[in-house]
Amino acid sequence: MKIKVIINNQNMELDVAYDEFLADTLRRYGFLSVKKGCDTGSCGLCTVWVDDKPVLSCATLSVRINGKKITTIEGVQKEAKEFAEYLVNEGAEQCGFCSPGFIMTVLAMKRELQNPTVEEITHYLTGNLCRCTGYMGQLRAVKKYLGVV
Amino acid sequence: MYRVYGAAKGCQKILGGSVKMRVINKGIPKIDGIDIATGKAVYTDDLSSNNALVIKILRSPHAFARIKSINTERAQEVPGVECILTYKDVPGVRFTLAGQSYPEPSPYDRLILDEYVRYVGDEVAIIAAVDEKTALKALKLVEVEYEVFEPVLDFEEAEGHPSIVHPEDDIHLNMDIGMNREKNIASSYKLEIGDVDSELAESDIIVEKTYYTQAQAHAMMETYRAFSYLDHNGRLTIVSSTQIPFHVRGIVARALQIPQSKVRVIKPRIGGGFGGKQTASVEIFPALVTLKTGKPAKIIYDRKETFSSTTSRHAMRITVKLGADKEGNIKAIDMQALSDTGAYGEHAPTVFSVAGHKTLPLYNKAQAVRYMGNVVYTNKMPAGALRGYGVTQGTFALESAINELAAELNMDPVVIREKNIIKEGETNPILEGSKDGNPAALESCALESCIKKGKELIRWHEKYPRKVISDTKVRGVGMAITMQGSGIGGIDTASAVIKLNNDGFYTLLLGSTDMGTGSDTILAQIAAEVLDTTMDRIIVHAADTDISPYDTGSYASSTAYVTGNAVIKAAEDMRKKIVGSGAKLLGLSEKDVEFDGEFIKNINGKQKLSLNELAQRLISGEGKNQLIGMGTFGGETSPPPFVAGFAEVEVDKETGKIDLINYVAVVDCGTVINPNLARIQAEGGLVQGIGLAMYEDVQYSERGKMNSNTFMQYKIPCRKDIGKITVSFESSYEPTGPFGAKSIGEVVINTPAPAIANAVYNAVGVNVRKLPITPEKVLKGIMELISE
Amino acid sequence: MLTIKDYVLPKTLEEAYSILNLNKNNAILGGCAFLRLGSKQIETAIDLSDLALKYINEKDNQIEIGAMTTLREIETSPVLQKNFSGILPESVKNIGGVQLRNIVTVGGTVYSRYGFSDLNTALLSLDTDVVLHRKGRISLEEFLEKGAQKDILEKIIIRKTKCQASFKMMRNSAADYAILNVAVSKNDNDWKIAVGARPQRAKIAKEAGKYLAGSKKTNEEIEEAAVIATKELAFGSNTRGSKAYRESICKVLVKRAIMEVI
Repeated sequence: MKIKVIINNQNMELDVAYDEFLADTLRRYGFLSVKKGCDTGSCGLCTVWVDDKPVLSCATLSVRINGKKITTIEGVQKEAKEFAEYLVNEGAEQCGFCSPGFIMTVLAMKRELQNPTVEEITHYLTGNLCRCTGYMGQLRAVKKYLGVV
Repeated sequence: MYRVYGAAKGCQKILGGSVKMRVINKGIPKIDGIDIATGKAVYTDDLSSNNALVIKILRSPHAFARIKSINTERAQEVPGVECILTYKDVPGVRFTLAGQSYPEPSPYDRLILDEYVRYVGDEVAIIAAVDEKTALKALKLVEVEYEVFEPVLDFEEAEGHPSIVHPEDDIHLNMDIGMNREKNIASSYKLEIGDVDSELAESDIIVEKTYYTQAQAHAMMETYRAFSYLDHNGRLTIVSSTQIPFHVRGIVARALQIPQSKVRVIKPRIGGGFGGKQTASVEIFPALVTLKTGKPAKIIYDRKETFSSTTSRHAMRITVKLGADKEGNIKAIDMQALSDTGAYGEHAPTVFSVAGHKTLPLYNKAQAVRYMGNVVYTNKMPAGALRGYGVTQGTFALESAINELAAELNMDPVVIREKNIIKEGETNPILEGSKDGNPAALESCALESCIKKGKELIRWHEKYPRKVISDTKVRGVGMAITMQGSGIGGIDTASAVIKLNNDGFYTLLLGSTDMGTGSDTILAQIAAEVLDTTMDRIIVHAADTDISPYDTGSYASSTAYVTGNAVIKAAEDMRKKIVGSGAKLLGLSEKDVEFDGEFIKNINGKQKLSLNELAQRLISGEGKNQLIGMGTFGGETSPPPFVAGFAEVEVDKETGKIDLINYVAVVDCGTVINPNLARIQAEGGLVQGIGLAMYEDVQYSERGKMNSNTFMQYKIPCRKDIGKITVSFESSYEPTGPFGAKSIGEVVINTPAPAIANAVYNAVGVNVRKLPITPEKVLKGIMELISE
Repeated sequence: MLTIKDYVLPKTLEEAYSILNLNKNNAILGGCAFLRLGSKQIETAIDLSDLALKYINEKDNQIEIGAMTTLREIETSPVLQKNFSGILPESVKNIGGVQLRNIVTVGGTVYSRYGFSDLNTALLSLDTDVVLHRKGRISLEEFLEKGAQKDILEKIIIRKTKCQASFKMMRNSAADYAILNVAVSKNDNDWKIAVGARPQRAKIAKEAGKYLAGSKKTNEEIEEAAVIATKELAFGSNTRGSKAYRESICKVLVKRAIMEVI
């Protein structure tokens, strides 16, 4: 089925199978930042925004995004780099495989929560698993980035 | 300025003196950090060809069976299917997937595809097709008839079980590992120093307990994957997310019976390894398909296959018997162990022996120690290398037993350690590098100050043993110590090559594999320090077996220490060559010039030549001498890093729920080359250890099917589960290490399980001796205490 | 692997319903997060996205939640935060991550009657009805017990009362499914104690509720009510916990939930 979408501010027409999920579609169309880590909606690696909300692209049927706006980290490179600097300064990107999805969630959180507490930050980011860092360095980076004391 | 003393050892003089390091001990960001964090296409699947055949594996539904017949005709007829391979299509030469230096201690006990299938998930057929859907469609059409056998599932009943997991008689062993195949014993081992039985007989106090550590999954975020193709010379090229490119080359060559010269292995960025990618779980499949079809092929394991058809940590049962006097001086330690290697023997003998070798030296005051037992085959997924490599298992058992001994003596667990632990300068015959009658000395050890610092950081004196929070909640603290190694003494080697390029920048060629640890960065730091240059002047290349210098790979906590030493040698070699050729161009004698990183100049600085100019002239017709620095290192010893870990938990007495409140780890990894990266290594390892302690458990059904094969069923810690983690460094100086450094990668995973178990005991009086420590087990213990 | 042969976006519920019943392999799409875990072979997938079923409407005496409302919308809804002691947001906040809760729908969760569901337990402790396209409006209790055949859940309706409520659950890892979940509500002296993830689907402990209503709510009586609840409900074992453990913590969680409501 042909669907019309706006990906990273560009109008695109995609040809997708009915049972294809967005993570696969995006990778097929060259958005290789989108990673898959679990197949069960548990890890958050595939997080992208649909109409500015963070969703699991591995659990979103591509046909259902017809007419919607998709944002991957390729589309917010400037902002992503700003935060990535904080992350990398802590060494908290480690293997980096979960970083794009993590950063997309952090940037969504920045838009959604006003002056979040540490507890609220942790809650918002719980759907993003990371096996390398032990999370502490990620939290240090987020706190510095958002100016949370 | 860096001064060459002729050998890596010279560096200690600098650190010991007043010369300040410019690049070492700085929290320099990872050189690949921004790119991988912001989603650049640099991982295996990002680089694979869209035209590659997609491979799917048909797997055994039975824990133990023989294939009576297999019919692929209908599957072959599906349009788009390129090839279907069964055990009839593969070489009959057995091999191991364990990434170890030749001769591997792991038994050669597997074929690419075998007539026998030995666990649920074992490979039955390889299907390659134009796309995933087609491959899956064909997979369903392969008809297999099995002769099903009674499987061996309980590792405590494996020895002498009526079913023999490996009935074949062509298993090849490179050395005697104590295999007794007909009894399902893959390996047996015994180490004894002194007379354990008589020391135990003379001890005032004996504590004897049995501990169980479960299988653990690596759960790296990037699942196993590789793709392959034939290059312009008809050579097989494999791009793989691996920790061991050179071993993969050897394993694939043996398995496919082709010369190593016909195989090239390239490692791009890796999305985590944790030892899992020290076993070549997937590379052979695309390699075989590419050889058979001539076409590019790729395999990407889904999460379920990653959980259930690769490797896990060896589950172990360890009975510890401690003898001590009334003052708490430990006289004898006896550890009797049983390890479950599953269907195949990857890393079976070495994980087993290491569990004793890297725990017992901690308590070198003991007069006699023994570590012995068997590794058994069962019909479950094979075990393999996983961060900690047996030491994690041994540490849980021994440290828990020491804590139980302290409780028996009514003694503070910290105090019993202070009395008994090994100290810098002391010797122990079990330390690597020991020869008969000549025990190796511990040249660097800050364990004592790690314990002291940890005690302060967790505020042990205020909190030990417990604090009542409310009617239902109580907090307790607990502790444990550990050691590991730095590479495998006498076996691991690494080479490094440094090229001076024509614009005065360097290329550092490595065969080690940064799997997210930051090793490429810290190795560049080491080179930059020696070459008196900045990080931006060093380009790191790793790893490609056609280009990179040989390296055993990144495992066994080897890269900072072994490869780091090789880099120092290569960089010093380069310095000498720069000085030599610079002097020549300046018309001076070598002893009259020095190199400050930018200029080669005479002592008063009046005659000088910039590195850029030197480089330009050397590659030109004038110089005809591109400079290449080269260094190879292999350690005789394996200097242990140490950790003292302290846990504070809050236990709900009515539900058994444990909340980890604080975890403090104080680490002695020698000189900290990059404090930021070392801290993350420590925090990440601790959380993986916390997972082992509290949440993670590879579980099987009664028929041997793995139940915990998704992240829904197998819970790695999430960010709400870990409380507050504090990491601190107490540096010793390791004279054989690069700038005094030792390893950090593995040692950090070992303390959480015993420290948390100890904290739970101190809180509510319950000893959980079987991991993971779940609320259910804790509540059961509490109920039992009440009913007593 | 989930397969879908055809896909439709009906414009009316009636249309959706008739397509659903054209073929036994036709299916309604909820959020798809759980649907895709199976290997269902769907003939026609029916997407309700165009039916304006994404809402949380507060009316004078009831709150209506449309089937396509996401769990994240429940979590962040000011209406639901201020009603029923906020137990609905409380019950969904530990389900997966934000990215998952932005997908998973109320309709999918309720209609599928998952045993592990936290939301269904919380809803069951309130005065909740479900509105099905064919069968019409029935109580959630009845629906959870009997389910429905080839029907479409349009919305749920929760009667607004002055009730006090509490939601308790036991998870080992915070991101895991609950080993047990409990919701208790009190409307005047009408007590509802719902227990889910037993691991079977949520049920009301009626005897315990009656006992509590007739008691003076002393500590002993509250504990007795918790014991009654544990006795009258059935528990089972799975990888997350044994039957015995569930029974032990049921007493504790019910007691704590009651205490919080009093």
